Amino acid sequence: MHIQSTFTFISSLGLMLMASAFFNGCGGNNESPTQKLQAPAAVAEDEEEEETHSTGKATETAGASVYDNWYTNKGIGPVKNLTLSAEIDQALAAEGEKIFKEKCTSCHKPDKRFIGPAPKGVLERRTPEWVMNMILNPEKMVKEDPIAKQLLLDYNLSPMANQNLTEEEARKVLEYFRTL
Amino acid sequence: MYKKMLPLLLALPLLFFITSCSEYTGSKGGPQAISGVADAASKVYVPPGKYDEFYLFTSGGFNGQMGVYGLPSGRLFRVIPVFSVDAEKGYGFSEETKSLLMTSYGFMPWDDAHHPELSQTDGITDGRWIFINGNNTPRIARIDLSTFETVETIEIPNSAGNHGSPFTTQNTEYVIASTRFSVPIPQADISTKDFATRYKGTITMLKVDPNTGEMSIHFQILCPGFDYDKAHCGKGPSHGWAFFTSYNTEQAGTLKEIEASQNDKDYIAAVNWKKAAEYIDAGKGEEMTVTYYHNIMDEATQTATSRVIKSVKVLDPLKYEGIIYYLPTPKSPHGVDVDPSGEYIVGNGKLSTDLTVHSTTRMLKAIENKAYEKVIDGIPVLKYDEIVAGVVKQPGLGPLHTEFDEKGNAYTSFFISSEIVKWKLGTWEILDRIPTYYSIGHLCVPGGDSRKPWGKYVIALNKITKDRYLPTGPELTQSAQLIDISGEKMQLLLDFPTVGEPHYAQAIPADKVMPRTKKFYKLEENKHPHAIKSEDEAKVVRDGKIVHVYMASIRSHFTPDNIEGIRVGDEVYFHVTNMEQDWDVPHGFAIMGAQNAELLIMPGQTRTLKWIPQNTGVYPFYCTDFCSALHQEMQGYVVVSPQGSNKPLKWWTGSDNAL
Repeated sequence: MHIQSTFTFISSLGLMLMASAFFNGCGGNNESPTQKLQAPAAVAEDEEEEETHSTGKATETAGASVYDNWYTNKGIGPVKNLTLSAEIDQALAAEGEKIFKEKCTSCHKPDKRFIGPAPKGVLERRTPEWVMNMILNPEKMVKEDPIAKQLLLDYNLSPMANQNLTEEEARKVLEYFRTL
Repeated sequence: MYKKMLPLLLALPLLFFITSCSEYTGSKGGPQAISGVADAASKVYVPPGKYDEFYLFTSGGFNGQMGVYGLPSGRLFRVIPVFSVDAEKGYGFSEETKSLLMTSYGFMPWDDAHHPELSQTDGITDGRWIFINGNNTPRIARIDLSTFETVETIEIPNSAGNHGSPFTTQNTEYVIASTRFSVPIPQADISTKDFATRYKGTITMLKVDPNTGEMSIHFQILCPGFDYDKAHCGKGPSHGWAFFTSYNTEQAGTLKEIEASQNDKDYIAAVNWKKAAEYIDAGKGEEMTVTYYHNIMDEATQTATSRVIKSVKVLDPLKYEGIIYYLPTPKSPHGVDVDPSGEYIVGNGKLSTDLTVHSTTRMLKAIENKAYEKVIDGIPVLKYDEIVAGVVKQPGLGPLHTEFDEKGNAYTSFFISSEIVKWKLGTWEILDRIPTYYSIGHLCVPGGDSRKPWGKYVIALNKITKDRYLPTGPELTQSAQLIDISGEKMQLLLDFPTVGEPHYAQAIPADKVMPRTKKFYKLEENKHPHAIKSEDEAKVVRDGKIVHVYMASIRSHFTPDNIEGIRVGDEVYFHVTNMEQDWDVPHGFAIMGAQNAELLIMPGQTRTLKWIPQNTGVYPFYCTDFCSALHQEMQGYVVVSPQGSNKPLKWWTGSDNAL
């Protein structure tokens, strides 16, 4: 079974800790491995209230967040550069809505937080490349991309499922997001 | 989840400590002689994350299933449920799979599965399907190797003890079957004292659709009441023929151990199926009234359905000439094996001191010249001296089966002397022998019964292991042994335990199977009548006492996860669709108090669990297959009201204030 990579990490860390505890103390150390673990401080910033800085400069006072420099982050995956047309392609968006409904609504509601974030207004918070890479390459994104890593923490460690969309399908879904 | 893992977390370092503090050597060494343990170990070691070179498909024998292993590592990957219910996978328990186990005797929870047989194209295994026989309730099953799931079962009428089955022709035109146990045909209240006159055997030819793999019984041949034991189809010059061994040509009805071992020679039945098919296609043969089930898993609806068939075409050799001949073969031959060229037919005479090999060329000539010794019930017995190609002199005791490599060598298993003997086709000389531990039955060379063997290994499939493994009470694990045959001398590399009895096995290079593997079922192709395609389609519908729950599952919640308005005595059907579209993310489903198994639902698949609540109360359900970090949260409740309650049906997932 695929077990969440974070979980694997946690358990192997636990193992190492246990093992070292055992060899150092030869028993007698009953500290649970979970007590040893410091979960990274969750930023737990609600996305709906996330400020977007038109100047592109993070304000010191708000506390630096991985979300601040979103516009420079294209994510990790097959999509490197994507320029969106000024006009929304409504036919493309309609097809995207159909795909979103079948493959994504188990975890995402268009306009409210559910298991995962709401896609409404996502392009004010993420680059189009990032959105597509998150859809197409979620396993690597939640391991390596700073924003995706933080989102995993903010959303109860629920993994973004790879629904195996083609690049073309992901593009349609992105177009649908523009209509929300 | 951490709680669940804690014992493991605690145990592992401890284990490490034990192994590092004291060197435990429990092996007695035993009588085996593994030349160069390190060398053998390096030949079977598959590094972590690397793939095995071959798939090995073993029959489970009396467990009714099929095992899937890797070679050379001997690692078990999967047990495919075929003829026996499997609570772990919900096989035979879910509403979609029950029909696969339907027979004319009703629902059959078990069978005895013996011979896996891979489909072939041009006489070469092609990795599309694997067939396996059910002995006890005569059946053949087909497993689709893109999903490793049983997709078809067909019952064989006019049959008992379907052992000589389901061997395939060189293009999988047919798979074959024969009766190990003769019975009155049609069935009747007839004493075994009348065995010789009233009991009959049959040979059955089942057509296989070249595109879908679907089987259908084309015809049967009525034969004298011998025990038709094992079989193989011809290839090349013998393509168009199928060969069946027989014992009990004495036609004894009791104490066969003695009474069926009297004759010096029994027969290999050579069936000219091409000629028989011509008779059938010309409208010949008798329609016989029978009842048998044909069950197919529909790929689109993901549901198996049964068809009951009421007639079969039967050919009687007394009326139709040239469809079957007997080849005299010493003595109680068990396996019959055709070499890769298709010329040689090896009769493994179980009670014979020699190994008899017939020639296809000579057999055809003898038929042409009508070189008959006698005729039994319309079946000519060919003269032994006119058909024999050669004899392997005193190779060992109790020969059972022979497989071949691509270099003109044959490998025969000897049950009594517990060994494999390598000998040369054509010269009949013995080249090498190696002991097996213990009492080998079948053996397997990858592609070893086809036109193209990959003669790298022979796998010994043993009946007894005695002192080879840590004991587990009166019964020890079943076992296979991997033997290197790439050099002059056979070299034992590995013993590995198997599930059930590894009666026979076939192996195929992994690259013939892997590219065809399905990673998940596409939701858009799911035509299950109770599937839902998105969470907003989730609902609960009452129809009298029957309640249908249309449920979705995805990491890590069910929709709906709360249901109210179910009553004691309702027949509740949970139709659970796994919304995942990713590889290796099945979800499970189980509910408290269900006299049923779990469901194990593949990504994109729909499976249905029937549940009849017995008492008022609250019943949790949950995902049984560890799916994500929040697997423990993947749960829900059904509130059950008393019978006659009129609490309305309600269902939901999540409350707005929590989201």
